[in-house]
Parts: sequence; C-alpha cells; structure tokens
Amino acid sequence: MASALAFFQNFPIELFIIQTLNGIVTGMILALIASGLTLIFGIMDVVNFAHGELFMLGAYVGVLVLSFTGSFWLALILASLIIGVFGAAMQVATLRPLIGRDPLTTILATFGMSLILQNYALWQFGPVARKINEPYTGSFHLFYLEYPWYRLMIAGLSATIIGGLWAFLKFGKYGIWIRATTQDRVMAQAMGIPVPWVYTAAFGIGAAMAAASGVLFGPLVGVNHTMGLDWVLKAFIVVVVGGMGNLGGSIAAAIFISLLEAYASIWVSPAQAVIVSFVVLILTLLFRPTGLFVPTPK
Amino acid sequence: MMIKRHKLIYWTGFSVVMALLIVAPLVLPTFWQKFLTEILIWGLLAMSSDILIGYTGMVSFGHSAFFGLGMYGAAAALLMVAPPNLVLALAFGLVAAAAVSAFVAYFSTRLRDIYFAITTLIFSQIFYVIIFTWTEVTGGENGLSFRRPALGIPGLWTTPFTAETMHWFVLAVVAGSYLILRRIMHSPFGMVLQSIRENEPRTRAIGYPVERYKIVAVMLSGLFAGLAGVLYAVQNRFAAPDFVFFIVSGDAVIFNVLGGIGTLVGPIVGAATFLLLREGLGRLFGDQFPYLIPLGFLFIVMIIFLPQGLLGFARRWLNR
Repeated sequence: MASALAFFQNFPIELFIIQTLNGIVTGMILALIASGLTLIFGIMDVVNFAHGELFMLGAYVGVLVLSFTGSFWLALILASLIIGVFGAAMQVATLRPLIGRDPLTTILATFGMSLILQNYALWQFGPVARKINEPYTGSFHLFYLEYPWYRLMIAGLSATIIGGLWAFLKFGKYGIWIRATTQDRVMAQAMGIPVPWVYTAAFGIGAAMAAASGVLFGPLVGVNHTMGLDWVLKAFIVVVVGGMGNLGGSIAAAIFISLLEAYASIWVSPAQAVIVSFVVLILTLLFRPTGLFVPTPK
Repeated sequence: MMIKRHKLIYWTGFSVVMALLIVAPLVLPTFWQKFLTEILIWGLLAMSSDILIGYTGMVSFGHSAFFGLGMYGAAAALLMVAPPNLVLALAFGLVAAAAVSAFVAYFSTRLRDIYFAITTLIFSQIFYVIIFTWTEVTGGENGLSFRRPALGIPGLWTTPFTAETMHWFVLAVVAGSYLILRRIMHSPFGMVLQSIRENEPRTRAIGYPVERYKIVAVMLSGLFAGLAGVLYAVQNRFAAPDFVFFIVSGDAVIFNVLGGIGTLVGPIVGAATFLLLREGLGRLFGDQFPYLIPLGFLFIVMIIFLPQGLLGFARRWLNR
C-alpha cells in the first residue's frame, strides 16, 4: 500500500500531460497511415506491405521538392500527388494481375514491392538521414518545456486529411463508389461501377495519405530508408486492434496505442515502450480477435 | 508398377543429389564450400516454413523468431557449459524454438490468412525488441559470440569440426529433416494439413479440430526453423539480433516462392537460386549493388506468372 501511495505522490503529472500531448500527435500520424492501410484492406482484402515504403518515399519526395522550391506546403501537396499516382501505377502493375487469386499472393507481391522500394531509397539517397525543416518554428511554454507549435499543427493537419477522406467517402460520388465496392463488389460491378479502377483509385488515395504523413512526420525525425518499417508495423498493430477494414476503429486504436506507448515511456525507454502495443495486440487477439473498436459481431 | 517405377526414380535421384552434396566439399574451393553449407541451412529454414505456406496454406512472416531463438538457445548452451557441447546446444536451441513457437502458435492460429501473416510478423518483432533491448543477457545489438563445439557424442567420441565435417553434419541434419518432414506430410496428419489448405470449412465440418492441427503445424515448423538456427549458430559461432529481424522471415518466404511451395525440396532450390543470384550480382556490379531490386522484381514476376515456383512442375511427382 505504502508503495502505491508513494507512486501517486511522486506521480509526474507534468510529464504525464506532456506525454498525453505527444501521444495524441503520434497517434494522429499513425491514424493517417493506418487509415490508408485500412481503406486498401477494406476494399480489396489486400494488406499493403509496401505502405511503410510509400510513407518513406513520400518523405523523400518532400525533401526533394522542399530543396527545389523551399515551400513546405508545396512539398506536402506534390509528394502526396506524386506518390498517389505512383501507388496507383504500382497497383495496376503488381496487384491487378492478382485479382481473383489467393489473397495471400497479394501480401507476397506487396512485400516484394517493399523490398524494391526500400533498397531503391537506400541506393538513391544513401544511408544518411535527410532533414525536412519545420514550416513553422514557434513554440509555447508547457511547464518546463518549449513545446513546438508544429507538433500540434501535425495533429490538426492529420485530422483535417482524415476528415476530408471521411467526407469524400460519405458524400463524394466516387467515395460512394468506393463504399459500394467495399460492401459488395459483385453487386457494385453489376451496377456499372468500374470495380478494378475503384481498386486502383483507393490504392492511390491510400498511398497519397501515407506520403502526406511521411512529409508531415519528416521534421520530427530525419528521413531515412528504414523509417517506413517501424511505422508499418505499428500501423499493422493498429489495424488489427481497431478491426480490419474499419476506418473509425483504426483511428481510435491509433490514438489509444500511441497514448499507451507515450505513458509507458515515462517509466521505461522508448524502445521497450513498444512492448506495450504488443501486449495490447496479444490481449486483443485473446479476447476480441475481431478488434477492440468494432461492435460485437452478432 | 507405376508406383514402383516412381519410387525407383525418386530414390535414385535422391541418392545422386546426396552423393553430389557429399563429394562437393572435397572438390570445391573454401569459399564455395561454406557457401554450400549456408545454402543448406537457409534451405532448412525455408523448408520448415514450407510446411505452413505450401502444405497448410498459411504464410508465416515470423520464422525469424524461431530461427533466432534456436540461435540464442544454442548460444546459451555453448556459453554456459564448458567445454561447449553440441548435443546441449541442439537441445537448448530446439527447446527455445519450441517454447516460442508454442506461444506464437497459440495466439496467431486464432486468425486466418492475412491476419495470420501479420500477427506472426508482429510476434517475431516482439522477440526482436526483447532480444535487442535486453543487453545484459543477449548482448543487445552486438549479439553473442562463442566457441564452436566439437562434433560427436561427449564422453564417447568427439572430433573438432573442420569445414568438411561441418558440411557433412549440416547435410545429414538437413537430409534427415527432409525425410522426416516428407514422411510427416504423407502421414494422416499431413493429409489433414493439406485438406485445411484446400478447404478449411469442409475440414472442420468433417470433424477435424482445425485449430489444434494448425497449432501443431506451426510448432512443427518452428521446431525445424529452430534447428536451422542452431546449425547457423554452430557454423558461424555467433548469434545476432539481425537474425531475429523479420527480414529473415521475408527471405524464407522468398526462397519458398522462388523454389516452389509445397515441395519441401523447392525451398532449398529457391535458397540456392537466391543466394547464387545475390553473389553473382554482387560480383558483377560490386558489393554496394542493391541486389534486392532485381531480385524483388524477379520475385513479383514469379508470383504473377509462375506462382508454382521453379520446381512447381514437379510438385505432384515429389509428393507422391
């Protein structure tokens, strides 16, 4: 009992609030990556192994555009567009021939893509991390820290992009096509929706979102060829915990897991804090394999 | 009559390949000697994952965990007991791999298809993080290095490993594993696994406890992956966290797809193809050449146009 009391007396409340903020910021980036992943999964049952590499390539395109034009916002938009088109092309080249085959072959194909892209980035840009400068360097006082405004901007921008996706899926004509295909692809085809092109477009949108999160996240750490790996693993955990193919669930799970990791890293090193998300995954698999944030299946 | 002839051709082919592999270290230069031994070890890893990919229809991206735990188990035995003891290393490695694969199997077989692939991947990363951060025990990033044990049964007869005896030892283990796995895949148990691959709901409807079969399949697969890990540790005298990283699992999957899933020997052929191509590309274009770019393209082209792999044409024949 005494130790529990001591724990609460020594509870680092300021650090706790800072970590809450950090957790929400990384959670929003993670949500942006995971919502692209889950969109692609929901519509065509494809787990995109190359998603982390699209995130990483987006950051690199951002670096290049930034060095040519000097504008962060232009870098963000161009990187999303270029990687979006690239993702669509990748889908046409590698995944379209596999439609109708065992879904496991699509994992293998995207895994092959991720190998190619990661090694291409290493070959082209070298192992040294590149830097993206923050578009806005102001900061505010948070207890004993200077907390950069940019981090909050990331959270806001991610929320805006996800909100835009949601609105597009809800109200846009093509968004409705995507939802129809997700629900029943045979019926959608019968209604005259060009299902293969809807697949391509959804893949492009997912890729563009990954690229956007890459550029947004770039200023926090350096851009290097392995950055996709950590994030895609986290995004996989999020997608499983949130319920595969469930957009809202993925976002909730992303923030939930990031907050837990942020709190855990108050007491243990960040490398070990990752284990918390693994534990969440194991518990989810054990008690609710359909996902934490989905309604109980009847 | 047909079956008899098939058996004759099969065993003749098997003996010829074995004879070539036995003679190989005597005629090959040192570099290629070691290269061949490594192909056999990676082939064993790929063969173990073929039980899941080719026979049960589950793609595992977590074999690096089993391989790595086999390595670290062997390392533990070799570091704690002096003088290093081969039998203990094998026992420790296999127990470690079996424990980990039981854990992974229990959780990951709750999910199917893609979910299984992802959860095995994440589980292997759990072990990677644990091994990478637990520096006091595992040596962290640097890994562990140790002395190589002597070949033989301690107390009765031992002889230090030379490059040749190492190769023969690995060859014996790999060939033995192949025969055991082939036998298992022909047994009623193996038939149930194949029926899970073909039609899981129907297998369940007939009354087979599919989950239990899958758990045993993952454990069996993990055990042989661990065996490969022990062999690698003994050959190279170190254990490193890099081998627990999921890239190794990815390599095992690539070996399978290149060589032909569901054939058991295909993965070894795949490993040989992959490693030879890597070596060849490295020699042609220099060490810095990103060999995984052309190999990745080859991999994707194989998936689209030749999903059965190099030995796919012989799949039925090899499994008869």
